[in-house]
Amino acid sequence: MIEIDAITKQYDGVAVVDNVSMVIEPRTITVVVGTSGSGKTTLLRMINRLVEASSGAIRLDGEDNRSIAGYELRRRIGYAIQGHGLFPHRTVAQNIATVPSLLGWERRRIDLKVAELLTLFQLEPEVYGPRYPHELSGGQQQRVGVARALAAEPNVLLMDEPFGALDPIIRAKAQEDLLAIQKHFGTTIVLVTHDMNEAFHLANKIAVMDQGKVVQYGPPAELVQMPATSFVETLIGDAERPFRLLSISTAGTAAEPGEASGEPIREDRTQQEALADLLWSGRRALPVVSVTGTPMGRVTLDALLKRAARPL
Amino acid sequence: MKVWLPTALRALLLLLLIAFLLFPESFEPLFRSLVQPNAPAIYNQGSLLSLTLLHLKTVFFATLMATIIAVLLAILVTRPFGSEFLPLSRSLVNIGQTFPPVAVLALAVPAVGFGEKPTLIALFLYGLLPIFENTLTALTNLPQSVIEAARGAGMTGFQRLMQIELPLSLAIIVGGIRLSVVISLSTATIGSTVAAKTLGEVIIAGLQSNNLAFILQGGLIVGALAVLIYDGLSAVEGLLARRAGAR
Repeated sequence: MIEIDAITKQYDGVAVVDNVSMVIEPRTITVVVGTSGSGKTTLLRMINRLVEASSGAIRLDGEDNRSIAGYELRRRIGYAIQGHGLFPHRTVAQNIATVPSLLGWERRRIDLKVAELLTLFQLEPEVYGPRYPHELSGGQQQRVGVARALAAEPNVLLMDEPFGALDPIIRAKAQEDLLAIQKHFGTTIVLVTHDMNEAFHLANKIAVMDQGKVVQYGPPAELVQMPATSFVETLIGDAERPFRLLSISTAGTAAEPGEASGEPIREDRTQQEALADLLWSGRRALPVVSVTGTPMGRVTLDALLKRAARPL
Repeated sequence: MKVWLPTALRALLLLLLIAFLLFPESFEPLFRSLVQPNAPAIYNQGSLLSLTLLHLKTVFFATLMATIIAVLLAILVTRPFGSEFLPLSRSLVNIGQTFPPVAVLALAVPAVGFGEKPTLIALFLYGLLPIFENTLTALTNLPQSVIEAARGAGMTGFQRLMQIELPLSLAIIVGGIRLSVVISLSTATIGSTVAAKTLGEVIIAGLQSNNLAFILQGGLIVGALAVLIYDGLSAVEGLLARRAGAR
C-alpha cells in the first residue's frame, strides 16, 4: 500500500505538485493521467525519491519512504521509463541483473532470476541474455527495461510512460504483457501516461492530475459517469464516453440467456469489441463463449446500447 | 585488398622505424647526398634509440599526469558539489594552453632548473586541455535516460560514476589522450633547448652544424612515432566505442 499524504513539491515557489493525498491499494494498477506539466511525473518520482518532496509524506506499507537512504529505497522499488534507459555497454542479462547485483545476491540466484524473467517476457535466455541492447528491436528493449525493473522482486513498480516510444501494435502487446505480469507477481503498479486509451485499458483506478492537483481519483467507470471537473470531462472526450464505458467491462458480464448465430465472442473481450463486432457484421445479437469455448448465452445490441448510455 | 592496405603500410612504417633505430648506419646511403662530403650523414652524438626511448618516456609521464589530473578535474566539476568550479577549471586549463611552450620552459627553468623537469611541466600543461575538454564533453552528454535509469535502480553516485558514466565516456576520453599525446610528441623536441634528453637534440645538433640529414632524422622519427601512436590510440578508441554500444 502506498499512502501519499499531503505531498507538495515546489520549484522556486511554484508548486508543481500541490498538496496531493491519495492511497494506492496493494496489488492494483493505478494510472496517473494528465497533460504535460500537470505534475504527474514529479508525483511518481517523489515515491522513489528521485525528487525530494517539499512537504508532506509518502508511506510504503506504513513506513515513511525517508526512513532509509534514497538509493536503498530505490533498490526496493522497480522503475521503468520511456525509452527504456538500458545500459548500452552491458548485455541484456547484465542489465536485468543490475539491482540484484547492487543488493549483493549470489551469482546463481541472479542467473536463475534473469533466466526466469527473460522466459516470462518471451525472450530465449540463451539467445538474448548475451546480446547487447542495440542488437534488440524497440519492443524487445522495452521488455528488457521492464524485466530489469522487476528483477529484485519489488512490491512496487513505478512506470513513467513506459510504452510512449513504441508503435501501436507493439504497445498493445506490451500492455497485455504488463497485465499478465501484474497478475503473475501481484506487483503494485503506478503508471504515468497521457494516453487515455492506455489508462482505461490498464487501470484499476485512475488519478487525473491538473496543474499539480489530483482533481479526481477513482475507478475508470466513475470518471466517465461522474467527472469531477470539466477538465476530466475534456480529457475523457465527449465523443468517447459511451465507448470508454463499454471498454472497461467484459462481454461476459453483458451476457444473457438466449441463442444467436454467427461467429461467437469470448467472454473476456470487452463490450466495446462486442459492439464493434455487432455493428460490423450487421447482427442484432452474437453468441458468447467462455475462454474454454463453452457457450454462455448471447450479447444483444440493445443490451449494449443500454449499458453505453449515461447513467440516470 | 583495400582493407589491409592501411594496416600493411603502418606495419611497414613500424618496421622501418625499428630498423632505423637499431641499425642507423645501414641507412647512410639514403642521407649521404644531403650533407657536405666530410660531414657525418647519420647522427653520431649519441644513440638514436636511447634518445627515442627517453623522448617517449617524457611524453608518457607527462601525458599520464595530465590524464590523471584532467580526468579527476572533469569528474569533480561534473559532480553536484563541484559544478560551481566548472567555469574556473575551464579557464585554468585554457590558460595552460594559451602559454607558448617556449614561455613555459623559460619560466620553469629558473624555478626547477635545466633538464627533464621544465619539459615535463610544459608537456603536462599542454596535455591537460584536450583530455579535460573531452572528458567533460563525454560526462555531460551521456544519454539522459541511461543516467535516470541508473539512479532509479538505486546506484549511489560513486557506483553510477564507476559502472555507467566512466565506461560510457572512455572512448571519448581516449580521443582526448590521443590528441594530447600527438601534441606532446612534437612539443617535447623543444625541451632539448633546456637540456632535456629528447629527439630535439638531434634536430638542434643538425641546426647548429648545418646538417640537413640530422634535422631530417630527428623530424622523421618524431613524425613516425606520432603517426603510429595516433593510429594505435584511434584503434583503441574505436574498440571502446563499440564496447560502449555506440554501434
